[in-house]
Amino acid sequence: MSHVTSAVRTPLVTGGKTYADVTEDISRQVEGRPTREWTIAFTISVVVLIYGTACVFWTWWEGLGVWGLNKTVGWAWDITNFVWWVGIGHAGTLISAILLLFRQKWRTAVNRSAEAMTIFAVLCAASFILMHMGRPWLAYWALPLPNTLGSLWVNFKSPLVWDVFAISTYFTVSLVFWYMGLLPDLATIRDRARSKVSRYIYGAFSLGWNGSAKTWARYEYLSLILAGLSTPLVLSVHTIVSMDFATSVIPGWHTTIFPPYFVAGAIFSGFAMVQNLMLIIRVVFKLEDYITIEHVESMNKIITLTGSIVGVAYLTEFFIAWYSGVEFESYAFINRATGPYWWAYAAMMTCNVVSPQLFWSRAIRRSIVWTFTISVVVNIGMWFERFVIIVTSLHRDYLPSSWAMFHPTLFDISDYIFSFGFFFTLFLLFAKFLPVVNMAEVKAIIKSSSEKLPVSVSGVAKGERVANPTFNKDVD
Amino acid sequence: MSDITGNGKFLVGIYDDDDVVLKAVKEVKNAGVRIHEVYTPFPIHGLDIALGHPRSRLGIAAFMFGLSGTITALLLTAYTESFDWPMIVGGKDSYSPIIYVPVIFELTVLFSALGMVGTFLVSNNLGPTVKPLMYDLRTTDNKFAMAIDLDKNNLVENDIEQILRNSGAAEVNVKQF
Repeated sequence: MSHVTSAVRTPLVTGGKTYADVTEDISRQVEGRPTREWTIAFTISVVVLIYGTACVFWTWWEGLGVWGLNKTVGWAWDITNFVWWVGIGHAGTLISAILLLFRQKWRTAVNRSAEAMTIFAVLCAASFILMHMGRPWLAYWALPLPNTLGSLWVNFKSPLVWDVFAISTYFTVSLVFWYMGLLPDLATIRDRARSKVSRYIYGAFSLGWNGSAKTWARYEYLSLILAGLSTPLVLSVHTIVSMDFATSVIPGWHTTIFPPYFVAGAIFSGFAMVQNLMLIIRVVFKLEDYITIEHVESMNKIITLTGSIVGVAYLTEFFIAWYSGVEFESYAFINRATGPYWWAYAAMMTCNVVSPQLFWSRAIRRSIVWTFTISVVVNIGMWFERFVIIVTSLHRDYLPSSWAMFHPTLFDISDYIFSFGFFFTLFLLFAKFLPVVNMAEVKAIIKSSSEKLPVSVSGVAKGERVANPTFNKDVD
Repeated sequence: MSDITGNGKFLVGIYDDDDVVLKAVKEVKNAGVRIHEVYTPFPIHGLDIALGHPRSRLGIAAFMFGLSGTITALLLTAYTESFDWPMIVGGKDSYSPIIYVPVIFELTVLFSALGMVGTFLVSNNLGPTVKPLMYDLRTTDNKFAMAIDLDKNNLVENDIEQILRNSGAAEVNVKQF
């Protein structure tokens, strides 16, 4: 096997790690007791989740009237939050699928957490779909069920039905892809486990993985095909979400540029969220040798690229609104920028178009503080983007007598807060009980991408555990 | 793993390095030893070829499952929209296949992915109640184990042990199942 990498490439794993070091460094947090930081963060998340759940149930009990919706603005924070979370959910599968096809080795350190983030973000998005139905017990009406069960058959010509198929397929395939990637690492934890309970639980979830050459060969084949399937899938999901708007006749929504523009925006916000989570994880779990500045910089480059695509899309929309000569379209866009919601539009432009351009500077791109700040800013901006698209296109109806404004109520805000409690509760559980970095994949790239090769990469690590004392007789 | 015959006595060569074990597979095979299987903590490219494992046919499974998803979606949309309860929406024909492309695509991907993963789990005998036969617990950490089934080899134990050591094995252990 040839492990040849150009000497000018910056290493992806620093600190001269051996295979055993990788296992040790990443399994440590799974095996140890929860840290104080984790316990505090988890407690806060659960409290927020309980408060949010109570508010969501009140929304259902009392009806959607508790939201600030009115006859003109019939969709506001609910769909804004839905699109925002689905967008965030795009980074994980992009990292694990598209970057796998492009053979980007830096993906190995971040794909596990990014995929977990994807799955939880899609769940948060789905919760807003359930919420905005108002009658969640009839949610199964969205499934293709015959007349005796639902109303009619679902309308397969409706983008909302396409959405049901797209989101559920995306969730299922992402979950399966993530779980298959977890199998080898779960087996590692199983074989290291000291207590009977954890050996049993990790044993059951690792499905009896034994790492035979035949299994690995099929596993690699499986990953490749799943990546091939997920690549068009990830692009299709936000394309279809954008069609919820683009196939309508509302000025400001009826835009053919929406699919690529939404996909770029989704990747943009997803990577920003990955940055926020990874920058915390690498410090809290002491994984600075695995999630290096190199990884941060690579993701910042993607943020700059997708942010620029989004910026071009905003300008194109504006140009076409004027160039088409359609006065409704022109009005919708002028109103967006200068009407009563100008501040939302300004926030969107500043956060999404201006802020990522700072990453052209290498120093900012490689600065933890700047990266973290800009990522937060980008996610705020992407929330405003969806708010601008949804609310400003609706609030000026065709008849001036129907013009209205949207004012969020306590329940609009609380139901959004619910999704944060839900997301962080799930993510913290993942971070504690599952390895946050894919150990097997990092081991596979360590020879080609480690900072300085140790004398022997496979040598005995500091404090190496000996599985079976009798094997110890002739360790080199 | 059901392919254990005889009294299930194995010689297990433990290697420290992925390049060494890949080379060792060829050397051990050339010395006339039949290798049962090699267990590694991460995938080693070319190892399955060196061991002579046939190329995986998972791609065929993925295609067939994907095709079944396509057909299901085509039949579902055709039956519901133009046969069971025909409807004209947006001035389009009750059966307009182009507009069903999103649904057809999603079901193709869904069937293909789930079917292929199911095939993978079944063909590798993976499941929540499966107790793996671990030749060495360290193979999920940092060691590479080559298992030799003594019943399927004509050479004597000591000779095989010597061949394993010559090929770079750091340890040679006996494992009885």
